[in-house]
Amino acid sequence: MPRTRGAADPGERRELLSAGDVARTVARMAHQVIEKTTLGGTDAAPVVLIGIPTRGAPLAKRLAARIAEFSGADVPTGVLDVTLYRDDLRRHPNRPLEPTSLPDGGIEDKLVILVDDVLYSGRTVRAALDALRDHGRPRAVQLAVLVDRGHRELPIRADYVGKNVPTARSEGIEVLLEELDGRDAVELVG
Amino acid sequence: MTLLKGAVPYGEGDPVDILIEDGFVSEIGTPESDGGEVIDAHGLIALPGFVDLHTHLREPGREDTETIETGSAAAALGGYTAVFAMANTDPVADNPVIVEHVWRRGREVGLVDVHPIGAVTVGLKGERLAELGAMARSDANVRIFSDDGLCVADPLIMRRALEYSRGLDVLIAQHAEEPRLTVGAQAHEGETAARLGLAGWPAAAEESIVARDCLLAGHVGARLHVCHVSTAGTADVLRWAKARGTQVSAEVTPHHLLLDDDRLNTYDPVNKVNPPLRTSSDAKALREALAEGVIDCVATDHAPHAPQDKDCEWSAARPGMLGLQTALSVVVRTMVQPGLLDWRGVARVMSERPAEIAGLPDHGRPIAAGEPANLVLVDPKATWTVNGARLASLAGNTPYEGMELPGVVKATMLRGKLTARDGQAVR
Amino acid sequence: MKHLLSCDGLSRDAATAVLDTADSLKQTLLGREVRKLPTLRGRTVITMFYENSTRTRVSFEIAGKWMSADVVNVSSSGSSVGKGESLRDTALTLAAAGADCVIVRHPASGAVHRLAGWLSHTHTSVVNAGDGTHEHPTQALLDAATLRERLGGLDGRRIAIVGDVLHSRVARSNVHLLTTLGAEVVLVAPPTLLPTGVSGWPVTVSHELDAELSAVDAVMMLRVQAERMHGGFFPSAREYSIAYGLSEARMRLLPDHAVVLHPGPMLRGMEIASVVADSPRAAITDQVRNGVHVRMAVLYHLLAGEEEVA
Repeated sequence: MPRTRGAADPGERRELLSAGDVARTVARMAHQVIEKTTLGGTDAAPVVLIGIPTRGAPLAKRLAARIAEFSGADVPTGVLDVTLYRDDLRRHPNRPLEPTSLPDGGIEDKLVILVDDVLYSGRTVRAALDALRDHGRPRAVQLAVLVDRGHRELPIRADYVGKNVPTARSEGIEVLLEELDGRDAVELVG
Repeated sequence: MTLLKGAVPYGEGDPVDILIEDGFVSEIGTPESDGGEVIDAHGLIALPGFVDLHTHLREPGREDTETIETGSAAAALGGYTAVFAMANTDPVADNPVIVEHVWRRGREVGLVDVHPIGAVTVGLKGERLAELGAMARSDANVRIFSDDGLCVADPLIMRRALEYSRGLDVLIAQHAEEPRLTVGAQAHEGETAARLGLAGWPAAAEESIVARDCLLAGHVGARLHVCHVSTAGTADVLRWAKARGTQVSAEVTPHHLLLDDDRLNTYDPVNKVNPPLRTSSDAKALREALAEGVIDCVATDHAPHAPQDKDCEWSAARPGMLGLQTALSVVVRTMVQPGLLDWRGVARVMSERPAEIAGLPDHGRPIAAGEPANLVLVDPKATWTVNGARLASLAGNTPYEGMELPGVVKATMLRGKLTARDGQAVR
Repeated sequence: MKHLLSCDGLSRDAATAVLDTADSLKQTLLGREVRKLPTLRGRTVITMFYENSTRTRVSFEIAGKWMSADVVNVSSSGSSVGKGESLRDTALTLAAAGADCVIVRHPASGAVHRLAGWLSHTHTSVVNAGDGTHEHPTQALLDAATLRERLGGLDGRRIAIVGDVLHSRVARSNVHLLTTLGAEVVLVAPPTLLPTGVSGWPVTVSHELDAELSAVDAVMMLRVQAERMHGGFFPSAREYSIAYGLSEARMRLLPDHAVVLHPGPMLRGMEIASVVADSPRAAITDQVRNGVHVRMAVLYHLLAGEEEVA
């Protein structure tokens, strides 16, 4: 789990992606999504982007905006809180729940792309897959992350990766987004 | 022969030596002692041995919580030389057989004079008078009668008891609680009980009975003793009754002097007692009434209970608290330290007045040559920490657990014989 | 939070967190076919009811099951509870048997506080499902959830609680919770059904229902237990109904937006007219529905976080 952002951190911080880098990365991921899902193609399954709170939610919106800009296709977005499905609740202090909102058409028979900021152990994604199952049966599920920092603990991989960042476990990755943090950046804290 | 060296009687004046021979004080000043025991009493205050008008020794019936033997040890350790054992045993002390048993056991143990209190009514049922005369004339020589634990609520029965007591020159001690006003009562009726959802025990349930009984006693010309006064209103009623010449005496417990119903927030039944802990302003009024003499004396209402009767939910728990070994310390804390009583005052409320009320000729006497050697030596400067498990009682239900209290009983002497010394009962 | 024993002392933040979680859970489960979350899988929740109460027990049981906890029901008949075993021994037995949470209803005020004390060296949480005439915190939380939903919030709202306040654990919990959440509370009852120490409560007191209705945002009718009706607390059921029953005529005195609550079971006719109970402003079925979500939220807050041994 990412730590609290923006606040003064005692560790050293190093910028991995600037605001411009973040914008370019999201744009590149949008192109990849359009290409890989053959968006707009006759046989293609309808795509929905589902953000995982907290930072996956605005990322999903940005991705959808870029996709619309590049392809003209209107991709619905939603938010899926996975807290209630986590297997590591007992290891952390109690956390508040975030609202879940799925697009009007639901996820039944859709190509669902889960969107999150950082891929780390894979446990959040596992929880998201369980949560999705309770909402319907998508035709397929893919995963898009802004940063993959390694150290997977489950057989999970991302279909779209903004940036691969090799890290030590002692280090932290902080994704900052305009919508929540007032600026865009990805920083390494260690 | 025992010589108490350097004690200060009543905490007044210079230290003196007190020579005790054959159960009496034989000389005070600087007597010579040859061959007898010498007790270093420097820095200690000598007082007449304490008299408790209100003790539950639980024998017969609940020997798992206290026996006459363990209760006597607790009394001696608390500085007492005489205790009055309440009648609500099982079977009830409403006949000569039971009261004589209690009296005889007390003599066998020999640590404190145990005077049984007889029941006013048969089986404490409040319906017809017990054989007060037979108990008074028995070997136990019963002087006080009480249905304590229960109120003699029927006004006609109470009137008859008071009237009848006159002919025997005995005393009726009333547990003042109008039962119709305290059905299911669990706590003092006030803000705390309202918040905790505990059924209220209104002050008026005590005060109305005390007022009624004072009027009845006045009417029939009898003496009346009021047990465990717990409210400011009762103190007012007593003040009024005494002013108009009623022969009424009253006692207050140490716990009602010190504790209040703030204690109830944890729902720990160690704080459950009857009458209940009242408000802090009641406790203040009781301290003032004791200092003033409106309340005559301190009585412990020592009430041992088994763990299973306290380690349960509040309403299922039995009311009562241990008191014999902590009474003096609580009086020092609530009365002496704030300047409400001096040590002579302590002697008055813990020894002289209760002995007078009960008509004990050889207790509560002055510390003087020729008087019975019923004495207690108190270290006024020392403090101790209460630990229920280490008290002499079989039960451990003290509300003062873990509290550091002032005033330590160093030695107790009954008719010249040491019964407690340095925290050990002496058999 | 390890236990939920009372609303007295529950902070505004803690109460709001539970209510917010209940809202989220309600949203999460809305329109789902499978109303089951894996959150408390493998956790054991025991309901221990020393008084009959089908509605509260069932509500807790459903809450536990929707969170995938294993729920075991112990009632005073058919268990050692009926054999004179002490509350302490029963509690220690259930904790030793692996209960992560015991949900207790008991006729003695403070029984749950005693339980929490006896279980303080274990990880077992205690939830008060009603203790004597003391508190019933989850009822107050579901009432608050319903009022938030209907009124948008509780700050500055005025709520009348009407009836047998003296013997009501629902009233005590609501007085604490609603005032903590910023509402004003007015207690309306004959003096015999108000505690003597009510002056210490952060409420106003009234003996006249008609005088209060036009200025309240909600009115909460309390249950009048049958045994009280013959206990001399008031002259007759008829007189009570005339003075304190929520009749159709009285309902018309309420502002248009005002909500009617009742913790149930209702005495139709005496406490509340049928027309009122079935009117759109009555939120009585909402209360029941929200009860499940609130109790899920309570279990989530007690059981889903880090283990606490206090």
